[in-house]
Amino acid sequence: MTADGARPDAGGQPVPGTPAHPVLSLDRVCLSFGGLRALDELDLQVGGREVVSIIGPNGAGKSTVFNVITGIYEPGGGDVRFAGRSIAGHLPHAIARLGIARTFQSLRLFLNMSVIENVMAATYGGTKAMPWESILRLPRARREERAVREQAEEILSFFGQRLAGYRRDQPAYSLSYANRRRLEIARALATRPRLLLLDEPAAGMNPAETHEITELIGRLRDERDLAILVIEHDMHVVAGCSDRVIALDHGVKIAEGGFDDVAAHPAVVEAYLGRDPEALAEGE
Amino acid sequence: MSVDPPSAAGAGPEVGADEWVARQARRHEQLPGLLGQAQRLAGRVGWWPRLAAAALAAAALPALGLGGFQLQVGINALLLALLALGLNVTVGWAGLLDLGYVAFFGFGAYGFALLSSGQLGAAGIHLPAYLSLPIVMAGAAILGLLVGLPSRRLIGDYLAIVTLFFGEAFLEFTTNVAPRTLGGPNGIVGIDPIQAFGVQLTSNAGYFYLLLILLVATMAALRLLDNSRTGRAWRAVREDPLAAAAMTIPVSRVKLMAFAFGAVIAALAGTVFAAQQISVFPPDFNTAYLILIYAGLILGGAGSIAGAVLGGLVVVIILDGFLRSPTEAGYIFYGLILVALVVKLRPWRKLAAVAAATIALGFAAHAVAGAISARAVAGGPQSTGWIATAVRDWVIVPASPKTAGNIAFVVLVCLLIALVQARGRWRTALLPPAIYLAACVWEARLVAEPSITRQILIGVVLIVMMNARPQGLLGSRRVEVPA
Repeated sequence: MTADGARPDAGGQPVPGTPAHPVLSLDRVCLSFGGLRALDELDLQVGGREVVSIIGPNGAGKSTVFNVITGIYEPGGGDVRFAGRSIAGHLPHAIARLGIARTFQSLRLFLNMSVIENVMAATYGGTKAMPWESILRLPRARREERAVREQAEEILSFFGQRLAGYRRDQPAYSLSYANRRRLEIARALATRPRLLLLDEPAAGMNPAETHEITELIGRLRDERDLAILVIEHDMHVVAGCSDRVIALDHGVKIAEGGFDDVAAHPAVVEAYLGRDPEALAEGE
Repeated sequence: MSVDPPSAAGAGPEVGADEWVARQARRHEQLPGLLGQAQRLAGRVGWWPRLAAAALAAAALPALGLGGFQLQVGINALLLALLALGLNVTVGWAGLLDLGYVAFFGFGAYGFALLSSGQLGAAGIHLPAYLSLPIVMAGAAILGLLVGLPSRRLIGDYLAIVTLFFGEAFLEFTTNVAPRTLGGPNGIVGIDPIQAFGVQLTSNAGYFYLLLILLVATMAALRLLDNSRTGRAWRAVREDPLAAAAMTIPVSRVKLMAFAFGAVIAALAGTVFAAQQISVFPPDFNTAYLILIYAGLILGGAGSIAGAVLGGLVVVIILDGFLRSPTEAGYIFYGLILVALVVKLRPWRKLAAVAAATIALGFAAHAVAGAISARAVAGGPQSTGWIATAVRDWVIVPASPKTAGNIAFVVLVCLLIALVQARGRWRTALLPPAIYLAACVWEARLVAEPSITRQILIGVVLIVMMNARPQGLLGSRRVEVPA
């Protein structure tokens, strides 16, 4: 399908549909590793209750965007603003505390902790009890512990039977691959985020599970009021869940807009498949 | 098209469903027979009743009429258990390889010694325990934070080396700096016993109970801490620091807290040590003792409170309790060989063949050596007791066993390497001579060198442990996080 007429202008004027008051905005963010420009003047906005997908071939800089947002890398130029304040250069745990949670492409669960402990561990920033309060079981520690457990159980029940029941107290390493992906999302939710970054949530899943993840992303947005930024290779997921799609290649935004428009954008097709030899010949 | 969750039909989960598989797997881990029943029974009793039962049993020990020596071994064992417990916080939970840990123990001991002796000033300082203990522990916490600072940047091997430097620096400091105050290599002597509110703790039984109370209290505190936000944060940082940071956990601060907690527990052990010994010397806190603490923690199972304590107790009881006398050391030596053979050699025919071959080989070798030269077998076993009597005509011990024993030891090491390399029949064939040679070396040389034998035995116990149960006695199985 061709949509040349409605094609969004990459890197030019603001694309229609970009939120007026974004939760997250990247403003001309640059990042270099030595001589390699990983991100080049990248602009990106995510609004409240909006699902934005980032697509692009391997090495396009998608995960780097996540690492810049979550403070693992400090941007070499430009600014990252979250809820109106700059977070560039903040430490990862402080950024998470502000309300940005993420999952990892190469699952990074606390494998030797139980399922519910994984979720409870992520409430650290939201609780205050000092070690001696926990040892003496003072009121604040008990109150927080009870609340944290309830919150964790509520989050796990969001995934139906997948992470509930006997699995709750099993070590995370005993989970199946798909359940590990679910637990990563559950753990991220326990930080009480406003913005959720999902790094390839459907990687390694079968079609049924992929479909389930697509629905889950929609539910997260609608039922939990989240802004969501998704990196995904599976175009079924991208088409199914995104309000807006951004295509990256070599750290540069090459297209932005609705899924159909971006998927048909010549620059996107070229980034994935290379240039059509005939078109190449015509151009010369 | 979502997949239906496994329906729980009847009492248990459906055959083949995930939960059923998990239950089967757990059943497989249980031991067969009586041991398994004991295991299941113990599993039904909660953690706190078990702690109470163990504490009561330990408290009853001195009443059973332990002699002075046994009581001292008990005190040493409780000390090492307390130290292993503190190390468990830094190493077992937070995953920080702290090789300077023993210095915190030394800091506690020297700190208490300075505050409770005639060492400082003209008349000395003689603080009561309710002042000196908090001061020393607060100092240890600050020291722990300082030593933990490199952990903000360094991980793994690098942190280990830096903290090892700290441990060595402490030894140098106490040996060479301010000899008037710290006593140099002569240490500090004449330390007050622990005293508070007019009560003085002078008997060994008193220190045994004090240590027992401190140990149980520390275990209880750590148990409560383990199931709190702090404990979860420590374990999360051990599992994956990057993910922990992304989940709102301030990684550096949490690491420093682990260092401080470990240091405080070690210093607490140090104060009791100094008060009970009445003296402290730099070598009390050397690397050999550090290795002993690590051995206890690893043997018992890093990450487990009960494991750390059990490991610490077992190491001291093996080393101090049994290895002091050659006869008792022999029980452990021959016992270990026997257990290893019974566990590893299957079917039993093979076991019987190896045992018979070993015995026959011994008598044959003894007869041949005796026929060649009477001096070659004139030594006799260096150990005493019924085992020595039993093996008198079996092992070859020359009249002057020193040189021959040393050579035999080198040959034994070579033979053991060959044994490890060999496969199948060759390995079985090499077993009898290896066991026999080991017995000869033991009776000719090792029994007479208890200090070396202790180190070797600790090494052997750890090697056996690593193969049989890598998670330690009470530790739980862990998977390594792929990098």
